[in-house]
Amino acid sequence: MHNVVLHEADSAPNTQHAALLQVEDLKMYFPIRKGLLQRKVGEVKAVDGVSFALRPGETLSLVGESGCGKTTTGRSIVRAYKQPPSAGRILFRGDNGHVADLARLSDAEMKPYRKAVQMVFQDPFASLNPRMTVRDIVGEPLRVNGMAQGRELEARVAELLHRVKLPPEFMSRYPHAFSGGQRQRIGIARALATNPRLVVADEAVSALDVSVQAQILNLMQDLQAELGLTYLFVAHNLSVVRYISDRVAVMYVGRVVELAETSKLFAMPRHPYTEALLANVPRPDPRARRSRIVLQGEVPDPANPPSGCHFHPRCPYAKERCRVEIPVLRELASGHHVACHFAEELTLRGVDTSAVAGASP
Amino acid sequence: MDVARNLPNGMQPALPADVAEELAALEREDASGRAVATASQWKLMWWRFRKHTLAKVSLAVLGFLFLVAIFADAIAPYDPTVTQSNRTYAPPQPIYIIENGRLTWPFALGLKSTIDAESLRRMYVLDHEQRIDMGLFVQGEPYRLLGLFETNTRLFGASNGAQQVSVLGSDRLGRDLFSRMVHATRISLSIGLAAVFVSLLLGVTLGGISGYVGGRVDMVIQRVVEFIDAIPSLPLWMGLSAAIPLTWPPLWVYFAITLVLSLLGWTGMARVVRGRFLAMREEDFVMAARVSGSGERRIIFRHMLPSFVSHIIASLTLTIPGRILGETSLSFLGLGLKEPIISYGVLLQDAQNIRAVATAPWLIVPALVVVVIVIAYNFLGDGLRDAADPYA
Amino acid sequence: MNDLLLEVENLQTHFFLDDGLVKAVDGVHLHIRRGRTLAVVGESGCGKSIMARSLLQIVTPPGKIVGGAIRYHRGPGDVVNLLDYDRKGPEMRAFRGREAAMIFQEPMASLSPVYTIGNQIVESFRLHFKVSKAEARTVAIEMLRKVGIPRPEARFDAYPHQLSGGMRQRAMIAMALICQPNLLIADEPTTALDVTTQAQILELLQKLQAELEMAVVMITHDLGVVAEMADDVAVMYLGQVVEQGSVDDIFYNPQHPYTRGLLASIPRLEGATRARLAAIPGTVPHPYARPGGCPFHTRCRERIINRLDMCKTEAPPLVQVGAEHHARCWLHHNQGVELSSEAVQLASLPLTTTGGH
Repeated sequence: MHNVVLHEADSAPNTQHAALLQVEDLKMYFPIRKGLLQRKVGEVKAVDGVSFALRPGETLSLVGESGCGKTTTGRSIVRAYKQPPSAGRILFRGDNGHVADLARLSDAEMKPYRKAVQMVFQDPFASLNPRMTVRDIVGEPLRVNGMAQGRELEARVAELLHRVKLPPEFMSRYPHAFSGGQRQRIGIARALATNPRLVVADEAVSALDVSVQAQILNLMQDLQAELGLTYLFVAHNLSVVRYISDRVAVMYVGRVVELAETSKLFAMPRHPYTEALLANVPRPDPRARRSRIVLQGEVPDPANPPSGCHFHPRCPYAKERCRVEIPVLRELASGHHVACHFAEELTLRGVDTSAVAGASP
Repeated sequence: MDVARNLPNGMQPALPADVAEELAALEREDASGRAVATASQWKLMWWRFRKHTLAKVSLAVLGFLFLVAIFADAIAPYDPTVTQSNRTYAPPQPIYIIENGRLTWPFALGLKSTIDAESLRRMYVLDHEQRIDMGLFVQGEPYRLLGLFETNTRLFGASNGAQQVSVLGSDRLGRDLFSRMVHATRISLSIGLAAVFVSLLLGVTLGGISGYVGGRVDMVIQRVVEFIDAIPSLPLWMGLSAAIPLTWPPLWVYFAITLVLSLLGWTGMARVVRGRFLAMREEDFVMAARVSGSGERRIIFRHMLPSFVSHIIASLTLTIPGRILGETSLSFLGLGLKEPIISYGVLLQDAQNIRAVATAPWLIVPALVVVVIVIAYNFLGDGLRDAADPYA
Repeated sequence: MNDLLLEVENLQTHFFLDDGLVKAVDGVHLHIRRGRTLAVVGESGCGKSIMARSLLQIVTPPGKIVGGAIRYHRGPGDVVNLLDYDRKGPEMRAFRGREAAMIFQEPMASLSPVYTIGNQIVESFRLHFKVSKAEARTVAIEMLRKVGIPRPEARFDAYPHQLSGGMRQRAMIAMALICQPNLLIADEPTTALDVTTQAQILELLQKLQAELEMAVVMITHDLGVVAEMADDVAVMYLGQVVEQGSVDDIFYNPQHPYTRGLLASIPRLEGATRARLAAIPGTVPHPYARPGGCPFHTRCRERIINRLDMCKTEAPPLVQVGAEHHARCWLHHNQGVELSSEAVQLASLPLTTTGGH
């Protein structure tokens, strides 16, 4: 097993003794193959040097638009792909205090860590095997990890269903008998089966209707408090992120461009992309209609990203330097990391929270 | 802060009223209909399949034919290999159940034969004087039922064992055509199944490896599949079966032909399996199983395979008629099964020339049965294909 | 006030499925006015998309419009009921594309992959106007420029797959608006898009609406989009409009418990960090198991519970609660209010029964 000591000096953002997870310069490239001989003709740099740390018990959100690499980052961390990450380290602190680099573990070596690192999927319909009963779905992690069998397994599944507020009597049903929200509860119960410490929630509420989305968000918050879970919450909806996360990392074309505490990031964004994202979210408040900062162009193809700062072709503040030099993610203020050459000089607009203090019920 | 959070473990609050009510509604919904909620995929498929009338009828037809095949010895009234020179090309003897406008015990009429002086052919007319009563479970030639029990009870026949009734006539050597067809059903249906089974093994193994491993291996297997697909099948079949030594015993020939038929037929299956594997590899629930800690073997056999077993069955069903037709064509051309094995192809060999068909038109009845079998398999396969994915 | 364009009355679209009857649209009343945007909002399965398709009679079997009227006010005194026309007939074909157009969430629903976008736009123009190809080409290029496609002369000959998602969306809008229709129906036009692209398309739609003075029916599940775009709002639940009014009425003075619940359950950008949301309990019932009475009663927090249990047994009528503001709820009905305030013992009330159970 690859046990690595955490080097505090070279650790990227948020040097923390007790970090549960520390991702360092993570890269995930997917080859593009073409032709009869399946020759590699290029690479999609889905994740291109991402670093962040997760403290025990917190929720960190990865946000961004399609193709920004947020989902790939989440999946690479739980080692959901058959191929290991292309580069970088995923340092996970186990229960005994040992730190393992999940990025380098073989499938067999990864197995003990699967119990501790779990995942909730986006699509409540595709992520549950339609041919298995709820008992088999929720019980699968227990069975394959040799944690419970027979009666004991059934009792544990019942307890898990109770936790996600589904009646245990439903365990002999198949997924088709449940609504989207109920299926997502089943998915959460499965993720919790092995008493994980880290749960990666990959767009866990994006596919749900608003009224149900709120139920699931509340449930996830309750479970976090009850079980002391740490969440890596992957999402594209900034409003949802606001509710659930302690800190937010904004990604753009495979890189983190800004990482800060939620309220700071929303109130005072330091990266022009974050500003644009916040400004473009449609607000459910007709009297607050305002002039949008409409960005030009669209998110670039990660197989062929622009030079320098990936955001420069769309950035209203871009200068020559942005075209040639890749900005590094640096700590601008305590805990506020930005990857922009001109972060100090720009005055960016965030979300004004004072005006609507009482509006939200 | 929610109060519920502070409760000690094991003292979870009761189900919220709203959730309970909604679930109660779900319960009612089930009670009114079928137990959909706990229905496995096979049950759901069956419910879907039931809506397909043609497929259901075809299933019944095939079921009947398989019964015939299994109990061929008992159903055939006569030994299919016994030749009778006095019954060469004897016409069918219809069974009557109405006599003088009244329902009566089924009977047939005897045959009177004369030799035509000019052509030296035997000519037959129904002998209205000679009434032959039919019977169920009559005594006939002894045989072994299912190859086990010695008996001489036949399902039906002339009550008097000394008389003969050929309901579908006789062939060139005076053998009872109906009995021969009953035995041919056994060979033709089983060779279709056996050939498809061998294709299935080859197709699932190679297709599965191709789809699951991917990369170079996939490329090589796919090229092989394309190469085999590019070979015209009939000439190759002919070549391969011509290579079967004439000295081989009939049973060996039977297996050799099965192998010939399936060696070319697995490619379609391999494509289906590969495609399913490729699609399945990307499924979220497969990724979820991996994240749960499931090993590759469990992922393949517990998650991936069950997801497309039904598709495999459906496409298998659609390939069986091809195999049956393959055997029939080979035997028809004299390259497949040979006497004393009886298959529909072997029977149709007798109907090869126009003179034989003109003299004894009943010799093409086996072709009609082949058509029925092929159509039934196709309808059944269609029904299965529609029902194969009950979650779509 | 002669700005009424389309008057929908008691529209009913049902789906006749093997497993039963689904009343996808069940008695919808709507007024669509010239130059204004009506947003139809609701969760999945509420029938909003089917309703939109019914307006153009493009519902395909097993779906069928079984009742109601759609009155189209072509001009002063010139009113026709579109449902009098055959859905495949020439009048309806002339209406679609020329007078009313539709755009979809997925641009490839209306763009063919085998023709260039220019070709398709020209075709839809020449279907309704007798002009030469060259003239149509000029109009089409002008339209492409208007929807913000850069270098339209070059893009005219591009195939849909050669364009990015946002550009395809623009090409679809150009095709829909080439005949300058009076009515544009937009079915979740920005749902599949990224936030920054969504903002571009929403802005484009607003600009084009002002320019062409058309009415827009915007089908969406996103209350943020509604707030940004709509003048009027109709909230749908299980095939019925449960509340309709001006955008201000709906957002600042919601009267139906479902609208209130929806507004409370959406996360807001300005909200508190690490807070709980006020979720609506339960889920939208399955269309086969539609509750009797008020279809929302199973999830309603403000349900009137008394001996009559009318929310459960009687379908509520559409009640006027403001100048142009209606809600389908017993809470606002005289009878309902009286019944709930007194502890009623009457068993024989002259209520009109509408719903089946």
